[in-house]
Amino acid sequence: MEQKVKAEILNSEDIQRIITRLAHEIVEKNRGTENLVLVGIHTRGAYLATRISKKIEEIEGGQIPTGFLDITLYRDDFRTRLKQPSVEVTNIPFQIDEKVIVLVDDVLYTGRTVRAALDALMDFGRPVRILLCVLIDRGHRELPIRPDFVGKNIPTSIGEEVKLLLQEVDKEDKVLLVESPSQ
Amino acid sequence: MAFQSKHLLGLDGTPAEDIITILDTARSFREVLDRPIKRLPTLQGKTVVNLFYEASTRTRISFELAEKRLSADIVSFSASTSSVKKGETLIDTVRNIEAMKIDMVVVRHSSPGAPHLLARVLNANIINAGDGGHEHPTQALLDIFTIRQKLGKLKGVTVALVGDISHSRVAMSNIYGLKKMGARVLVCGPSTLIPREIEKLGVEIYYNVDEIIPQADVMNILRLQLERQRTQLFPSLREYHNYFGITRERLEIASRPILIMHPGPMNRGVEITSNVADSEHSVILEQVTNGVAVRMAILYLLAGGQREAN
Repeated sequence: MEQKVKAEILNSEDIQRIITRLAHEIVEKNRGTENLVLVGIHTRGAYLATRISKKIEEIEGGQIPTGFLDITLYRDDFRTRLKQPSVEVTNIPFQIDEKVIVLVDDVLYTGRTVRAALDALMDFGRPVRILLCVLIDRGHRELPIRPDFVGKNIPTSIGEEVKLLLQEVDKEDKVLLVESPSQ
Repeated sequence: MAFQSKHLLGLDGTPAEDIITILDTARSFREVLDRPIKRLPTLQGKTVVNLFYEASTRTRISFELAEKRLSADIVSFSASTSSVKKGETLIDTVRNIEAMKIDMVVVRHSSPGAPHLLARVLNANIINAGDGGHEHPTQALLDIFTIRQKLGKLKGVTVALVGDISHSRVAMSNIYGLKKMGARVLVCGPSTLIPREIEKLGVEIYYNVDEIIPQADVMNILRLQLERQRTQLFPSLREYHNYFGITRERLEIASRPILIMHPGPMNRGVEITSNVADSEHSVILEQVTNGVAVRMAILYLLAGGQREAN
């Protein structure tokens, strides 16, 4: 289904600059890379986490452990959804106890995905702190959740949707404001 | 591709796409089993009844663990301690249980088709955990999952099922499932234990183990189902072992390592020797671990979402 594009908000260079800034902010807040790990939420959050971790490695050197999390099995709409979404493999190949986790997602909206991700992370251990990093914050939170690092705030109406396209899956980097399909 | 099946009665009637979805989904659940906390909240509020009319340790524990790890509420029932002893029929028993508001039924029964009967009279999702000599789909799915995990593919892989094919529901489900996934399937055993016309299912028949060893990538060694054999079908266990037992010496003629599988429980020294069962090529215990993940995937896929009006 083609969605009507209302505006292109960010282009490829904008996204690169934002990732560079987010990487610097994360290192600044953590005062270095000690105990720092990144966890991206499938699908696009995982690619963003990989990019940010590469950027941090460029700035600070060393390796930043980076994992991927699928939250499908922790969602709160299991009983009401029509179709089963496919489940991706979670891969967090390191201990998260006593670590500072930066959770990475593409678009922050209701906060329900982040709630599920927090539950999932708790099943892996007891991190000393979890910080939230999102590329886009589009508002309309339904849960008391706020991001620590924001790429860009994009105030939207309910009838709109923010779509992130990434090279790794969509062959181009772009952020679009589109009309919601239900409208 | 959306999951279509409402029940898992057998692999004969399950579309190939659904089998692939189960195998793919099971990979995610396999990862959960390596976590410190092996529990997911996914099936909270769902109630599963395990109806075991026939003895089982492995399958039953595997199902119970899979259900618990998905946070379902579970009730287990075995025929020996229930009203079945008072003469209640299968349908009456399950209708009564369903009246207590349950969502899924896992059933093992000695009569082929018992799960199909339940699927007709109940609204709950039915999972066949073995029906007589007919099918045992979850065992075959975990076998197929293990083969794919170890060899990385199913298409073109040569799988030999060795032993008591006639009485084996594991063999039947494996044949249906493996053929749908594009594998080549050989069956091998004494002629009295190979059902007539089985070649119509697309398998190749051998009566000599030494002919299949050089060709096979996988050998799934089946248990001699002595409890289901009504007449003497081979002279003695010792003779069976001499002709069809898988031994280390026999495997020497293989041109490449063969993955050794067994659905359990093993008759050590009869269909398989200990030095094969415990060898580095044996994945028998990994099959058991994978079984929990595969069953979690099946429960998840059948329970989830609201299907459009049935």
